[in-house]
Order: sequence, then C-alpha cells, then structure tokens
Amino acid sequence: MKKRSYVGVLSAVLAASMALTGCAGNGNSSGGSNASGGQSQPAPGNSGGGTTEGGLIKIATQSPLSGSNSAIGDAIKTGAGYALEQRKEEFKALGFDLQLFPQDDQGDPKIGVSNAEMLISDPDVYGVVGHYNTGVAIPSSVKYEEGKLVMVSPANTGVKLTEEGKKTVHRICARDDAQGPKAALYAKNTLGVKTAYIIHDKTAYGQGLSDQVKMQFEKDGVQILGFEGITQGEKDYSAVLNQVTVKNPDIIFFGGLYPEGGILIKQAREKGFKGYFMGGDGLDSSDMIKIAGNAVEGVVFTSVAGDVTQTEEGKKWAEEYKKATNKPLETYSVYGFDSMNVILNGVLEAAKANGGKKPTREQVLDAVHKTKDFQGQFTKVTFDEKGDNTNADVFIYKFDKDKSIFVGKAE
Amino acid sequence: MLAPFPRENKSSQRNECRKFVQVYKGNEGWESMINILPQVLVDGLTLGFMYAVVALGYTMVYGILEIINFAHGDIFMVGAFIGTEVLLISDALGALEGMNPFVALFITLIIAMVLTGALGVGIERIAYRPLRGAPRLVPLISAIGVSFLLQDLVRFTEALARNEFYLNSPALFTGSIPLGSIATIPTKGLIVIVIAIVMMIALTLFVNKTKWGIAMRAVAQDQSTASLMTINVNKVIMLTFLIGSSLGGATGVLFAQNYGTIDPYIGFILGLKAFTAAVLGGIGNLRGAMIGGVLLGLLESLSGAFMGPLTNGAFGAEYKDVFAFSILILVLLFKPEGLFGEAVKEKV
Repeated sequence: MKKRSYVGVLSAVLAASMALTGCAGNGNSSGGSNASGGQSQPAPGNSGGGTTEGGLIKIATQSPLSGSNSAIGDAIKTGAGYALEQRKEEFKALGFDLQLFPQDDQGDPKIGVSNAEMLISDPDVYGVVGHYNTGVAIPSSVKYEEGKLVMVSPANTGVKLTEEGKKTVHRICARDDAQGPKAALYAKNTLGVKTAYIIHDKTAYGQGLSDQVKMQFEKDGVQILGFEGITQGEKDYSAVLNQVTVKNPDIIFFGGLYPEGGILIKQAREKGFKGYFMGGDGLDSSDMIKIAGNAVEGVVFTSVAGDVTQTEEGKKWAEEYKKATNKPLETYSVYGFDSMNVILNGVLEAAKANGGKKPTREQVLDAVHKTKDFQGQFTKVTFDEKGDNTNADVFIYKFDKDKSIFVGKAE
Repeated sequence: MLAPFPRENKSSQRNECRKFVQVYKGNEGWESMINILPQVLVDGLTLGFMYAVVALGYTMVYGILEIINFAHGDIFMVGAFIGTEVLLISDALGALEGMNPFVALFITLIIAMVLTGALGVGIERIAYRPLRGAPRLVPLISAIGVSFLLQDLVRFTEALARNEFYLNSPALFTGSIPLGSIATIPTKGLIVIVIAIVMMIALTLFVNKTKWGIAMRAVAQDQSTASLMTINVNKVIMLTFLIGSSLGGATGVLFAQNYGTIDPYIGFILGLKAFTAAVLGGIGNLRGAMIGGVLLGLLESLSGAFMGPLTNGAFGAEYKDVFAFSILILVLLFKPEGLFGEAVKEKV
C-alpha cells in the first residue's frame, strides 16, 4: 500500500512538473528560450533573441522587495513600472510588447548575482533598473558585463561601482565621493560642528560613505572622536552609544541604512545625546520615522535624490504617480522612473538604428551608454565614460516630526 | 662617541606621545571610561538576562531530548510579534489609553506566552516527535527548517496584514530611573531584568519542587526507565516545550518593549547568542544557562565599550561578538562541559 501511494505522489509530481515546463514553453513563444524552460525547443524562426521583427522586450528591476530595505526597493520597482506602463502603447505601435520583470535581490549579494545570472540567460531581457545596495550591485554587474546587459542604477552611490570600468554599469545619481564631502562640508559650515563621531554599518555603502566623510572632516579640522562599525540586523547598539555619550560629539554621522539609523538615533536620544545626527541617502525613507519615533526630529541627511515636488510640474507628476500606483511617493520613486526611461530610450534608439527590428543587447547597451542631455522627470542624464551621470547633484534634507523636509542643494 | 640625546628632545618626544594619547582618548580621558562602567554594566545586564531566559529554552529541550531546538530563536521572534500585535491592536482600539502599563504588559505577556507555548507544542508534535527514533542530526535539520518556516510565515502574514514586516512596538514605559549621576536605568530595562528573574525563579521552583518537575528530571535521566515508572514521557516532553517556548515568547515581548523595533529576523542572532550562552554555562543545565546568558550579555557590553580604548582603536565595538565568541571557544577548549558542566548528571 505504502509503495503504491509513493508511486501516486511521484506521478503527480511528474505531471505537475510537465505542466509547468509546458507553461514556460507556451508563455515564451514570442521570443526565444527561457532559463526555466530549458527543455522546451525555441519556436521556429526565432534565433534566440536575435533580430526578429517585433516581439517581447522585458526590462528587469532588481531591488530589495523583501527584507528590511523593501520600502525603498518597492519604490524603485513601482517607479520603474510606472514609466514602463506609460510607454507601453508607444512600443506597441512599433510592434514591441513591453513587459516589466521585477526581481527581488533581498539586499543580498548572493541573491542579486543569481538573479543576474537568470536575467542574462533570458534573451528577452534588455536592461536592468537596479540596484539599491552597492554591495549587491558590484558582484551582480560582473554578470551583466558577461551578458552585455545594460544596467542603470537609480540609487547606488558606492564609488567603486563605476570605477571598475564595466561598460554595462550606469547610474543616474551622485557618487559617495560627491555625497560624503558635501555632507561633511554642510555639517561644518552650516551646522557648525567641531567634533564628530562616525558610525558605519560595515557594508560597502556605509563604510565607503563614512570614509569619505571622515576624509573631508580631517581636511577641515573637525575632530574625529571615534570611527566604529555596527552589525546590521542587531537591535541593541548601547555598546557603541555608551562610548558616544562619554565623548559627547557635536554630531554623530552614520553611514548606513534607515533600519539601523532609526534605532541608533532613538537609542542615542534615550541615552541623552543632544547633538546633531546626520546620515547619507540610506536614511532617506519614510520608514525612518516609524522606527525612530519622536527621535527622528532634527535628523539631517544628504541624498542623491532630490525632492520632485519642489516644482509645480513635479508636484503634478507626484499626484498622478500616487493615483496610478496607489503607493506612497518615496524620493527614489522618480529615480526608478527616470532610470527606466533612460533604458527605454536606449531600446528605442537601438531599434531605430536596427531598422525597426528587435535590437541586440549590445546595441541597446551602446545606445544607453551614449545618452546625452536626456531630460527625465527629475534628473538630466548625460553619462560620462565610466557611466556616471555628469548632472548628478547632492541634496540636504531634514526630518520633521512626520516627514522629511527638503532643505536645499548641497554645495 | 655618541652624543647623548638632548634632554629637550626626549621630553618633547614624550609630549608628542602624550598629545597623541590625549587626542585619541577624546576630551575626557580614561576617567570618563571608568565613569561609564556602571552604565555599561546596566546595559549588559539587560541584554544578559534576555539571553538567559532564551537560553533556558535551549537548555531545557536539550536536557530532555538531547536535541538542539534551533527553532527556539524564532519562537522568541514570534512572541515578539504577537506581543507587538496585541499592543498595536489594542492601541488602535483605544484600549491602551488610561490602562495601567503594568496591567497592559501583563495581559500582553500572558497572551504571547499562551500562543507561543502552543506553537512550541505544535512544533514538537509535527517536526520532532515523528523523528524521535532517528539519528540526532535529523531533528536538528528539521529544527532549522522550522526556523526558516517561522521567519517566512511571519514575514508573509505581516506583509499581508500591514504591508510591512518590521513593526514598532508602542512603548508602555518611557521613564528612567537615575542611579545617582553614574548611570540611568530605563524603566523598561529594569522591567526586563525583574521579569526575567521572576521567570527563572519560577522555573527553578517548578523543576525542583513539583511532581511534574520531578517527572521532567526523571525523563531527562532515562526515558525508558521513566516510562516504566508510569511517567507519560510524551506528556512530559510536551510540557517541556510548552514551558520553554512560552518563556521564549515572553522574552520576545520584553525584547520588543526594550528595543522598540522588531523584524522577522531578530530570532536568528539572538537565538544564536542564547544558544552560545547555554553552551557556555553547560548545555542541559538550568543554572548554567542563566549564568551563561548574563555573562555573555556583560561580556558583549564590556567588550563593546572598552575594546576600542584598550587596543588603541585597533579593535572597535564592531568586534565585540568576536571577543565574546573567542571566550566561548576558550571555555570549550579547556572545560568542554561548560562552566557548570559538573552538574550534568542531573540534566534538568
């Protein structure tokens, strides 16, 4: 009896898997083979994502959709998806079927790389909007480079990312070596701090930014009272904060993300810390308020993302965005939006150059790389040789009780 | 003949040195490091008692079944979420207003303990009992599976219900008690310590004085003999999971109160450290788990605060875990049965 039931289960599993692979094959008929449908034969007349007329064009996003950074990751995805949705008709007229292909990198390098592997093996994928974490973007970009898949990052600020000389890597936001020094200058000149304690989260982003801030502080004669790392995911930072309280700096600079930053400022205030608390764009999230509670008031941060609602036109866009997506507007939403449009423009250019046929990835990459004076919803994009946006700015924000307030451009 | 060093030069060298040390120490120097010692100890004790209560759960299950219930850290996490949800929901209903915070905490603790206790029993029934005859590695793997399952289950439900899965617990206690000028104890920290001590004393009394406690010790000694003595072994094991898990769940509530923010992954690091505490004290030994937990919390806090200054900044607070775990390795090397291992004969 037992044996027979095993056979039953096995055959059910087999049937299910056959159905699944069959599905993958069907869904894929418009363009080449898929990673998951390895066994299914590519449809005839389809040279694996070659130069067929029309067809499916997938643009991927890679951002943390789960895990503690998912608020931002989702904003990037939603922004990118909103841009794609708006241009669907335009592409349909040319015979292309546009599709968003969101991936969850969970803020984890391993998952980012395995997603990237899957993306480059899918010939319909023509570009990636991502990532949020520099530590994920760097290893994943190795794969994109292999697959000649263009990546446009809305949020990565780590200097190393574009310094490695990968042609596929682009970003529309400013780098840490712009952000860090500008943050330090703002702290010294506008806030008037003389002593600082720097805390980072030991990640490529957090420590990188903190190093930049430290260098600028040292140059300007701001005394560094400490430079310590904390562990991501922990909830008790009293060990490092006890040192902070005894040294009583004018400012704590935190290089890291809001889940830790929110707890840090909350626990620092509980310990009676009275000075400024400043961070980079990692604090740029509405969740910062939820985590830190009242302690968030007065927290200053720099961001590579500006406030789109500063202009009338931007305000209108934000309203439409909120209505269409039913999601709150995060500062990175518009960057996801602009990144997507940069890629879509590249695809369009490449298709045009290819006589209206589906371009190759390499052609798209070239077109995106040559982007010049492209006016997005918020940023103007011109890529330099490395893939950095020459028009990127750094902005200062300050938290009020229930929202962050745009202070101005950091000079 | 070599000219002796000019005197001024030497003293200026010394001055340089002193200046460097002063710069390094910051504005206040060593005295201030000593001044924060009481505060460091208070923080370490709060953390340590939390480790201690969670460590009890590991050690109880090990004492009875000789398996390591790696899902225990996640039961703790579920407790934190249940407690926070209870508080959030009653806050939304307006029930928290005007309610005595102690009463609110008590009710929350009871609800969380009942639910996590039931969860622990359920896990034992589904994931461990069918594997009881299997080699010891098998239930260990099943425990790790349960651990991931719980994490993702909580993540999933919270994402569905609230569209986010790191919650902020409404703070019941916001005050703090100054200990002269040397340190302040936040009320919530004090409550963690007091409740942890109460739970540990209650458990010790239960195991030593009651009939069920005797039965538990008997099962820990020898399952088959115990069953010959008309002890229902399955019931005793269920009871062990019930108590261990509800203690873990209660600690989760305390954790959420003390640190404010929780996410589905808090059980991993804390569970690992509580497990370490149990091993440090001698796994299977209740007293060992308690002392091991407090010791680990203190070690972590002390090394976090003083390692930077002591090593001239070469090792900062970021290496506090390395330090704590190195001590563990040393203890295991030279006293493999743990600090209180001599009492291992009487496992629970």
